[in-house]
Amino acid sequence: MRARAAIAAGLVVLIAASLFTGVGSITADAEGLWLVAVSRAPRTAAALLAGAGLAVAGVIMQMLARNRFVEPTTAGTAQAAGLGLVVVTLVAPGSALWLKMLAATAAALVGTAGFLAMVRRLPPQEPLLVPLTGLVYGGILGAATTFLAFERDLLQFLDIWMNGEFSGVLLGRYEFLWAAGAASALAFVYAGRFTIAGLGEDASLNLGLRYGQVMALGLALVSVITAVTVVTVGMIPFVGLVVPNIVSRLRGDNLSATLPLVALSGAALVLACDILARLLRYPYEIPVGTVLGVLGAGLFLWLLHGRPAHGRG
Amino acid sequence: MIEIRSLSAKLGGAPVLHDIDATIAPGRVTALVGPNGAGKSTLLAVIGQLLKASAGSVTLDGADLSDMPPPERARRLAILRQNTTITPRLTVADLVGFGRYPHSGGRLDDADLRIVDACLAELDLSALAGRHLDTISGGQRQRALIAMTLAQTPRALLLDEPLNNLDLGHVRRVMEVARTRARAGVAVVVVLHDLSIAARFADALIALKAGRVFAAGRPDEVITGPTLSALYDTPIDVHEVAGSRVVLT
Ligand SMILES: Nc1ncnc2c1ncn2[C@@H]1O[C@H](COP(=O)(O)OP(=O)(O)OP(=O)(O)O)[C@@H](O)[C@H]1O
Ligand SMILES: [Mg+2]
Repeated sequence: MRARAAIAAGLVVLIAASLFTGVGSITADAEGLWLVAVSRAPRTAAALLAGAGLAVAGVIMQMLARNRFVEPTTAGTAQAAGLGLVVVTLVAPGSALWLKMLAATAAALVGTAGFLAMVRRLPPQEPLLVPLTGLVYGGILGAATTFLAFERDLLQFLDIWMNGEFSGVLLGRYEFLWAAGAASALAFVYAGRFTIAGLGEDASLNLGLRYGQVMALGLALVSVITAVTVVTVGMIPFVGLVVPNIVSRLRGDNLSATLPLVALSGAALVLACDILARLLRYPYEIPVGTVLGVLGAGLFLWLLHGRPAHGRG
Repeated sequence: MIEIRSLSAKLGGAPVLHDIDATIAPGRVTALVGPNGAGKSTLLAVIGQLLKASAGSVTLDGADLSDMPPPERARRLAILRQNTTITPRLTVADLVGFGRYPHSGGRLDDADLRIVDACLAELDLSALAGRHLDTISGGQRQRALIAMTLAQTPRALLLDEPLNNLDLGHVRRVMEVARTRARAGVAVVVVLHDLSIAARFADALIALKAGRVFAAGRPDEVITGPTLSALYDTPIDVHEVAGSRVVLT
């Protein structure tokens, strides 16, 4: 509770900072309000939605894969979404955004299901094989995407999807992210069931959980959140990994109790990194994906190193 | 009452259980014994509907378990697997609380919490309730898993080698808890390797060998030198010590 209140308070400060940070200062006139309404507020909302969504998607994925070192960008979900996006752009250039969204979501779904099918066969006593498999798998999907994009002269688009940033977020250009928010909200309803699924198939069945349905729902939520984020702002790595792992260290994994903290922390982390991205080379911006790439990788290494005994992380 | 009729099952395409017939009565502790690979865990998994039978049926109090909706089945039957790895970082109380999931759907009310507390106390876990599973010992973890199945308050309780990792005091405690549940009308099946324990605590035995029922009956009928020697293909002596049978190899 205390942690949740602290993060919530931090979020309020971050939101205020986000609204006032950037080129062009906020003034108390029509122009200032316009800047807030059209750019700063949507950008802030986008960072919060993407951050909360990716953290929630990460923790769901960790329950479904029964491994705490996976998340959408290290398990092929984001790469599959990118592949779907490139394919639909090639097959139907100029198609509507919702169609691209749909194609990316479908590809993410298939890609993630493929990943989960693969890791089911891995021995549980080797937990690091799972993220390793995910990295190789994501690498293959990413390479296929790059190849296709290279062949058809789409590399400049690819660059946008591969490296998440919020500088392009404007009113009317980010609203699909609310779907990620809705998917995260739905995850709260199923939090207990996802935790039970994390106990494994036999334990879930013993408790009368409809395991297949919960797996399918989790997959769908992860895919929607990831695809919508990739298509709208691009890939944002490590959020889904470091946030759930830190929360797990502090509060454990009973998602009925910890999911709010996961979502709030994810939102705060991404927003903080976006503010950093705006300030580090002011007045220029660097992509938030790059900031999180560096910060997240560092945090991840620290988490790996400090893994508690028992091999259970 | 669990009734198993002409039950067969396969694992990875290979037949593992052949035409099993058995009745497990409520009010008694039934020990399921037999050599490694005999099919004990498989039989429990089939009864618990974790594995589909290739032929035959299993009923609980007359109702076919295979077409019972999972939540309803979970309210009536609980199964502890031989090996369970819990990867999420949960507290002991969280885990035991999940045993109430079939009844509560996830929101524990006061009655649920009382049951959870009672089950924790029964397995001597009250002091560890708030500890995370990755910070307790193997035997303590095993007791937490047993407590979770108890919290399901089932009509049929299937425990696959529940005594793994337990010290003598807790072996006795778990077997006494099994007996208490049985006396309260639950059909209890416990897979055991220690036949002296079976002799002391079980009311009935089912011995499996190579996927078939090799012997079944009261402890004094099954726990004899010749029967056990043939069951395990090794010379076994049975002695009477202080009114209880002790099995020596
Ligand atoms: N996945 C599998 N594919 C094929 N055969 C299997 C598989 N798993 C187990 N078996 C075989 O099924 C048989 C029954 O196994 P089961 O686990 O039920 O034995 P058990 O009586 O519980 O043994 P233990 O005392 O060692 O626990 C064994 O002979 C085993 O080799
Ligand atoms: Mg076994």
